[in-house]
Amino acid sequence: MSITLPAFQIEEADQNKGLVLHIRGTWSAAFGIPPLDAVRTVMADFKGPRVLFVESAALGSWGSPLAAFLFEVERLSEKFGFTLNNEGIPPSLQRLLNLARAVPQRELVDEVPLARSLVYKLGTFSISIAADIMSFLTFVGEVALSLGRFIRGARPFRARDFWLVLQECGAEALPIVTLISFLVGLTMAFVGSIQLSAFGASIYVANLVGLVMVREMGATMAGIILCGRTGAAFASQIGSMKVSEEIDALRTLGISPIDYIVLPRLLALFLMMPLLCLYADFIGILGGLSVSMWMLDLSLVQYVLQTQKAITLAGFSTGIIKSTVFGALVALTGCLRGMQCGSNAAAIGASATSAVVTGITSIVVADAIFAVIFHVLDI
Amino acid sequence: MEPLHQPAIVSARNLTLGYGSAEVLRNVSFDIYPGEIFVVMGGSGCGKSTLLKHLIGLMKPLSGSIYYSGRDFFTAQPEERQSLQRKFGVLYQGGALWSSLNLLENVSLPMEEFTNLSAREIKSLARYKLALVGLSGFDDFYPSELSGGMRKRAALARAMALDPDILFFDEPSAGLDPVTSRRLDDLILELREGLGSTIVLVTHELESIFAIGTRAIFLDGTSKSLIATGAPRELLANSADLRVTQFLRRKA
Repeated sequence: MSITLPAFQIEEADQNKGLVLHIRGTWSAAFGIPPLDAVRTVMADFKGPRVLFVESAALGSWGSPLAAFLFEVERLSEKFGFTLNNEGIPPSLQRLLNLARAVPQRELVDEVPLARSLVYKLGTFSISIAADIMSFLTFVGEVALSLGRFIRGARPFRARDFWLVLQECGAEALPIVTLISFLVGLTMAFVGSIQLSAFGASIYVANLVGLVMVREMGATMAGIILCGRTGAAFASQIGSMKVSEEIDALRTLGISPIDYIVLPRLLALFLMMPLLCLYADFIGILGGLSVSMWMLDLSLVQYVLQTQKAITLAGFSTGIIKSTVFGALVALTGCLRGMQCGSNAAAIGASATSAVVTGITSIVVADAIFAVIFHVLDI
Repeated sequence: MEPLHQPAIVSARNLTLGYGSAEVLRNVSFDIYPGEIFVVMGGSGCGKSTLLKHLIGLMKPLSGSIYYSGRDFFTAQPEERQSLQRKFGVLYQGGALWSSLNLLENVSLPMEEFTNLSAREIKSLARYKLALVGLSGFDDFYPSELSGGMRKRAALARAMALDPDILFFDEPSAGLDPVTSRRLDDLILELREGLGSTIVLVTHELESIFAIGTRAIFLDGTSKSLIATGAPRELLANSADLRVTQFLRRKA
C-alpha cells in the first residue's frame, strides 16, 4: 500500500444503523493527528440510533497516533451517548483501546479560580509573613536548645562534620574574600583620593580606608560572600537531604537534625566569620595602601602610621562583633531554608535562592541595628 | 513466538564491562530478537544494572561492541547514536520522573523535543499514553503526589512516549506490593501484544521472570560471566548449573 496521509470520514451507516467512521491512510507520528471537529459536529447533529461503527478497510500502517485519535473518539461518543462498535479495526488496535479504557478516568474536579479581593490577598499575605516569622523563631528556639545541650555536653557532637564545614567556609573561602576585599579597599582609596587631594589632604585616604574597612566593609563583605557561598550551599545540601528523606531517617532514629546538621554548621561559621572579617580588613587596607603608594606617592610608613592613628580598638571590635552575628545569621538562614525545602528538584533551587536573599537581607538589617546601637553607646 | 527467523535487534559481542580498571563482567555475548521479553537475571551485585547502563548507552564498554539492528552503537557518529537512542524507552528503577513537571508534561517532553507534532497532537498522545498505563485524569499531578506504583506506571508512559522499538525495564517490580507488581507484569505483556515492542527486563523477581520472560540470560557475580541462556522454565528444568537452579528455585 502506498503511503497516504492519515484521514477519516464520518457518515451515516447503511440501513439506518447509526454512524460509521472510515479510517484510511498511514497514521504515524510523522503525519500528525487530524483534528476531531468533524466527528463532533456530525455526532451533535445526528438524530438516528446512537451507534458508531469504526471501519479500517483502507488503513495503512499505524501507530500510537491512531490509537490516540480513537481514544478521543471514544471519549466523544461517551459524551454524545454513542455506543462504539470496534469490530472493524485490527485486533491489536482493539486490545490497545481496551487497555486504555481498563481504568476509568479519574473524576476531574474543575477548580474554578475565585476572584479574590484585595483585602483577601493582603490578609493571606500577612498570615504567610506571620507564619514565616513564627517558623524562624521556632527554628532559632530549637537551635538555642540544641546549643544548650551542646554546652552542657548532653549530646555527642559531630566533630567530623564540624571540621569539614570549618574548612569549607574558612580556608576555601580565602581566595574570593581576598579578591573582593582588595578591590573594595582599592576602589575606596581611588575614589577617596580624588576628593581628598583637592584639599591637599590625600594622607587621609588611610583614615578613610582604614575606618570604613574595619567598622563596616570588612564584616559586611565577608558576610555577603559567605552568604552567597556557604549559606546557599547549606540550603541546597540540607534541601536535598530533605528530598531524599535523610532528615526523616535521622528523626526516626531519635537524632535531632538540629543537633546533627545545624549545630556544627552554626558553630563553624560563628568561629570562622570573625577570622575572615579580620582577614578582609587587612586585605582591604592593603588595597588602599597600594593605590596610595602608586598614585599619591605616600610612603609605606606614612600610610601605616596614619592607619594606626585612625583605627581605635573600640572601632576595630565593632566590626568583629558584627561579623560574629553575621556568621550566625548566614548559618541560621541557610539551614532554615534547607529544612523548609519542598520535595522536588525545583524546590532545592528555590531554597538556595531564598537562603541567599534572606541571608543578605538579615545582614543589612542587623548592620543598621548595630549602627544605631553603636551610635547610642558612642563607640 | 519464533524469534530466531528474524535478525537480532540487539547483539552484544564479547562485552567486557566495568568501572575504570575494576571489571564487572567479562566476555559477554548474546542476542535479543524482535518481540521478545528478554530477561537479564542474576543475584545482587552480578552486574545486571551495569549491563543495562551499557545497553542504553550511558556507559561505554571496556571492550567489545553492541549492535542495534546491525549498527555498532559505540563507533557510530554522535547523530546516528542519538537516532538509535531515540528508539529506546527506559523505565528507571525509581521512575526518574522529572519532579518539577506534572505527568502530562513529563510524557510530553520527549515528543516536544523530538517530533514535529503540534501542541494539540502531543497532548492527545500524552493523554492516551497515560490512559494506557491506567493514569487517565492524573494529567496535572506531580510525581511527589503519587504512590510508588503510580510513579512507575507514569514512568512507563514516558518511556513509551516516542513509540520505542525496545523498552528497557530496570527492576520494574522493585518496591511494589505483589498485586501491583503483578498488574505491572500484565501491563507489560499487554503492551507488547498491542505495540509489538521488544522488551528487555532486568530483574531478580522470580515471579516476573516466569510469568512474562520468553528468554533469559543468567549473570554470575563471582565468575563475572554469563553462565546460562534460555527460556526461564527450561533453565529451571534442564540447567545443569547449580548456581542457576538454586537461584530459580530460591534455595540458599
